[in-house]
Amino acid sequence: MLKILLSRLGQCLLMAWSVGTLTFILTRLLPGDMAYKIATGRYGDDAVSTAAANAVNAELGLDRPAFQQYLVWLGDLITGDLGTSLVTGAPVVHELKNQMSFTLVLAFWAILAAALIAFPVGLLCGAKAETVPDKASLITSTFIRSQPVFCLGLLLIFIFSMELNWFPVAGFGSAEYAVLPVLTLALSLAAVSNRVVRNSTRQAVNSAYFHFARTKGLSYAQAFTRHVIPNVIVPGLAFMGIQLIGLIEGVIMVESLFAWPGIGHGLSHAVFARDIPMLQGTALVMGMLFVAINTLVDISQHYLDPRTRLEN
Amino acid sequence: MSVFHRLTMQQRAGMVILLCLAVFAFCAPLAGTDPDTQDLRHAFAAPGAEHLLGTDHFGRDMLARLSGGMRISFALAIICVFSAAVSGVACGLAAAWYRRWLDTGLNFLANTILALPGLVLILVFAAIVPGSFLMIYIAISLVLWVEFFRLVRAITLPVVQGEELESSALHGFGKWYLFKRHIWPAIAPDVYSLSAFGAATSVIAMSSTGFVYVGLKPPTPELGLMIVELFPYYYKAPWLLLEPIAALFLMVFAFQLLAGKQP
Repeated sequence: MLKILLSRLGQCLLMAWSVGTLTFILTRLLPGDMAYKIATGRYGDDAVSTAAANAVNAELGLDRPAFQQYLVWLGDLITGDLGTSLVTGAPVVHELKNQMSFTLVLAFWAILAAALIAFPVGLLCGAKAETVPDKASLITSTFIRSQPVFCLGLLLIFIFSMELNWFPVAGFGSAEYAVLPVLTLALSLAAVSNRVVRNSTRQAVNSAYFHFARTKGLSYAQAFTRHVIPNVIVPGLAFMGIQLIGLIEGVIMVESLFAWPGIGHGLSHAVFARDIPMLQGTALVMGMLFVAINTLVDISQHYLDPRTRLEN
Repeated sequence: MSVFHRLTMQQRAGMVILLCLAVFAFCAPLAGTDPDTQDLRHAFAAPGAEHLLGTDHFGRDMLARLSGGMRISFALAIICVFSAAVSGVACGLAAAWYRRWLDTGLNFLANTILALPGLVLILVFAAIVPGSFLMIYIAISLVLWVEFFRLVRAITLPVVQGEELESSALHGFGKWYLFKRHIWPAIAPDVYSLSAFGAATSVIAMSSTGFVYVGLKPPTPELGLMIVELFPYYYKAPWLLLEPIAALFLMVFAFQLLAGKQP
């Protein structure tokens, strides 16, 4: 258990270091003067002047040697200071806290909805493999998997907002604004995991221990709950954990599409505005979310599957 | 034709769709229509004899733009997968074969890249030089490289330590022969299917950067960018928006079919 946490902590530190170093190196590798480029990004191509560039220089300390700037950035990072946003002027940490709460709401409901779709569908299709519902779920899953998540979101917008007028197209407010973003993420996650659940269900139903349970007199329902479901939940959850990496990528696209004010939206805005401190901050938080999710998966695995405990 | 016969029905279907798309993408320019020429008087023309797929909000020919967008996606997918596969296989082999500091160093690099979700890394790269094809290419290749590297390293390790390779080596066969005879057959199927998945990933990744407006810049006919540009005109001309979506869907779908195995 401690080993899991320590290795994840190491991953987290490595991630923070690599985000900082990567953005630092890349921004300085470019030809041309950094201050002019930031000034262009901020004020537009026509409004760049030497005065604007000098102001940027002084503000960001770009005139100091690169190595010194790098150390300053790392030092600030350790003390939890991520600088201020170049666009809004507010501290990055403050902005991130705001965005984070929105993203966590979205991610939580999406995971829950994905599990509520994937497990029942997978169990049903696995128990009745090669029937009409199974094939329908295969075709639907393939269809959903074969498109970027933003296309799926657009499709849901067309159907539920523009044609049926059930839900608002985008924005944030009452609960109904959350339905389509959550559904988009949940469907894209469930599209793969329901097939994994289906395959392990099928394996369990065809196994010797299931047949034995039936032979010794358990009803189908009893044998299914006792012998199939536990053997499906462990690999199913493990796979959903692996998939959550896709959730983070999905969050970026879905938040941008639905104008949901979370971290992913913040990241794409920071990229668009070339707001480097904000970019570093959002990338850092997405990375941390990624590590945190992996840690949760490891821990739940540890408690759900007795075999992993024996190995340690 | 032996390669074609070994493929499953799924993979053949994927190959056929890809061939059709490639013919469309690379033969449409022969008609000579420029994807950037505007003709505002004929904006939102419905599909017809003059413009087979209609025109967009600037009166640009959608057929030319779609084929242009697909050419960019194909080109990107091919060069990304090629660079990632060649360097990933080479590094994976080297790490498994020579071990020691090379293995440690390459693993550290892979873990550093893996510490961030792929799309975040690609967006960070795209942020540094906006609208640069080169940056998107480097970022996607890096993300794909990790997968090739880890896969090849994991499969090669037991082969290198195995008895078959050892006895071949004791017979005096050279490194190239050992690779060709023992290692390549073990990694080839996975490298093929990872390449097809990688192509799908790079098509999705580029359209995603275009969609959040940080990828290639207008007027480049990039599929993700086209989708976001045409979105406001959904009520006026829904077919316009559906065309790039369908193109994107077909490309990703075909690459995934070609990959064969479920992920």
